[in-house]
Amino acid sequence: MSKEVVRMEGITKEFPGVKALSDVKFSLDAGEVHALVGENGAGKSTLMKVLTGVYAKDSGKIFLEGREVNFQNVKEAQNAGVIMIHQELNLMNHLSVAENIFIGREFKKDKIFLDKKTQNEEAEKLFEKLHVKINPREKVGNLTVAQQQMVEIAKALSFDIKVLIMDEPTASLTDNEIEDLFEVIKMLREEGKSIIHISHRLEELKLIADRITVMRDSKYIDTVDTKDVTVDELIRMMVGREIFVEKQKPLEKQDLELTLEVEHLNAGPLVQDISFKAYAGEILGFAGLVGAGRTETARAVFGADPHSSGKIIIHGKEQKINSPSDAVKAGIAYLSEDRKRYGVATGLDVETNISMANLRKMSKVGFIKFKECAANADKQLDDLAIKTPSVKQLVKFLSGGNQQKVVLAKWLTKDAEIIIFDEPTRGIDVGAKSEIYKLMNALAEQGKTIIVISSELPEIIRCCHRVLVMCEGRLTGEVTGADIDQDIIMKFATQRSKGE
Amino acid sequence: MEKLKNLTKQSEFKRKIVIVLALVVLLLAFGIINPAYLSYNNIMTILLATSTNGLLAFAVSWPIMTAGIDISVGTVMTFSCVLSGVAFNAAGLPIGLCIILGILVGSFCGFLNGFMSAKLGLPPMIASLAMQMITKGLSLVISGCKPVYFTGCPWYQKIATGNFLGINGFYNAIIILLGMCVVSYIIFSKTIFGRYTLAIGSNAEATRLSGINTDNWQIGVYTLCGTYAGIAGLVLSSRLNSAQPALGPGYEMDAIAAAVIGGNSLMGGEGTIVGTLIGALIISSLQNGLRILQISTETQYAIIGVVLILTVAFDQRRKKRKKVAGKSNA
Repeated sequence: MSKEVVRMEGITKEFPGVKALSDVKFSLDAGEVHALVGENGAGKSTLMKVLTGVYAKDSGKIFLEGREVNFQNVKEAQNAGVIMIHQELNLMNHLSVAENIFIGREFKKDKIFLDKKTQNEEAEKLFEKLHVKINPREKVGNLTVAQQQMVEIAKALSFDIKVLIMDEPTASLTDNEIEDLFEVIKMLREEGKSIIHISHRLEELKLIADRITVMRDSKYIDTVDTKDVTVDELIRMMVGREIFVEKQKPLEKQDLELTLEVEHLNAGPLVQDISFKAYAGEILGFAGLVGAGRTETARAVFGADPHSSGKIIIHGKEQKINSPSDAVKAGIAYLSEDRKRYGVATGLDVETNISMANLRKMSKVGFIKFKECAANADKQLDDLAIKTPSVKQLVKFLSGGNQQKVVLAKWLTKDAEIIIFDEPTRGIDVGAKSEIYKLMNALAEQGKTIIVISSELPEIIRCCHRVLVMCEGRLTGEVTGADIDQDIIMKFATQRSKGE
Repeated sequence: MEKLKNLTKQSEFKRKIVIVLALVVLLLAFGIINPAYLSYNNIMTILLATSTNGLLAFAVSWPIMTAGIDISVGTVMTFSCVLSGVAFNAAGLPIGLCIILGILVGSFCGFLNGFMSAKLGLPPMIASLAMQMITKGLSLVISGCKPVYFTGCPWYQKIATGNFLGINGFYNAIIILLGMCVVSYIIFSKTIFGRYTLAIGSNAEATRLSGINTDNWQIGVYTLCGTYAGIAGLVLSSRLNSAQPALGPGYEMDAIAAAVIGGNSLMGGEGTIVGTLIGALIISSLQNGLRILQISTETQYAIIGVVLILTVAFDQRRKKRKKVAGKSNA
């Protein structure tokens, strides 16, 4: 130990409007497993992408084995022995395992023909080294996620690696698969390779990591020896004590009107037996880590994805919701986390987008009442302060915040009662953020039921009267009013079911 | 922002101007080579020749606007008029009923196309390819591979080739074409149907998540497309006074070419009805002019292919420029 392989100093990276990394340092020794932890958006992945040349840093220095390096792209980093396995595996499902491993540097016979035999043998050797049994001739699409990960690791090993970076490798693995993965990681460590392990699963770090570096809000917080730290201490470091967030004022009215009841909703592995209630005038938050199943729950309630069992009750009446159109009829609206894909039709103008959900009301025997549409669009522009030169502007030319407001305007035009905001401020600048918060508050005061899904804890704390926390497709906790705080939410959010 | 909007508008406007100019230049060029080209009678001939392809181009524009496609319009057209003819000759049904039946058969084929792609998840290309094969086969089967004549009805031929309001040379088919253009334009720009067609083409999932039953609207789009094909079948069979069961394959490609030359993007989300008409006119003006120059049908095809490449390449360049402008300003 103690020979330093990677040193990063004063790394700063800015994206338009966001400081993604601010004076971050990082150090990695030879033959160590170094965990990198932090909340969503803390900057872990960005830091690793800077290291591997995916992003260019704005300032700072990177040293590899004492020499300063500045990788321009992934290929350069790869050649120097620094390889990252991304959370979304980059494999071609229709090609065989061996073809995936040696893509771009295939073995050839007579410089023209593919030498599949040698290629398969070489792949087999790699798997032998890893002590895993995978047939190199198998199509990658037929493998389990865990096996695909092994393919990625084998591919990394086929280069002469020094540093292997794994972004949340355990996120979608079962406990047994995780054990196998850890065996492989330990073996690599014994060979003197260094591994950076990005993870949300704090308790598993005890099993594998030598040291842990914590990041928060784009900053370096601390690096600790795993044996000297408890999970609670880690959470505290990740969340931070000093961030002051203005809390939502408590609800004054006591007898709230129950609007939405969800009972024992099941829809795939990320929505398991979800039951909750939401009230008119209340802002209900859904907190949790990425992949906890919050969006999936919202999509199931909204009918965007089918659910296998469970009841959705609105105003005391059970509603059959099998499509978004059913949900909209029942008064539910959903603002997707991915506006461009699921929210707006970017190629159409503001007016059309705003009237889209309610065109039937604003027409006569199929003919659109253009005056009514225009009047409504103008009103929404005023009410929500949407900045656009005219209602005829194409939505793609609006800023993210204004696009979000257009989607909201669409649902207000439809007079939706229950509005689900999924990551309402993702990709929106700070000024527009507080405007969206104000709008949510105003809508709740008007008696709408507001549900907010957010991965940003400060956002949840600032907006919500009550917070439900999810982890791995289950509801793990509920916090109300004054009890809402980062530590407790984080604790629920990492409360994994053991031994399942 | 204001500038950008103007730029977008300008660019769209410019495109319309360019394609109209292209048509005018084409007409003038052929007119200079041979003045008879621009005679009243020849212009009417061109318009008459446009009627079938124009109707099919309107038909196929609808699915294209939703980012879909229908390559069965040609054979559905044939099938609808063959069936109508068989109903008239063999079953002895009144001609009026047969005409309506023919058009409805077109609608039904379109409905099936829509059903296959929206409900069964077939890609529209495959669904309509299957429909193309089915209708081609059925046309031949029910007609016994022989043309079906409408000679039993003396005025059937007049539906397309009679003179509108007695104006000499102004064929009814032309007024049907222009009438359908107006109808299409109204549906496209004034109704929910037109709005949702564009919305689905622009972003089908966002449209669905707005609580709109996109499956049903999509089926409607294809049904409308099939209806147009049925009307095209009526016009074609009236012009020929017979339904030719072997006709049809190849017509869909002319129709798609017209829609694309007219400025409809296969990516969906935008559309133009008048552009489609002009696209169809460009094709038939070219064909007519080249025929007057005694250039063979085979060569005509090659030339139209080149025109298709040039228009779409021009369009792509325009779009790229627009995109760059959008980025730098947004």
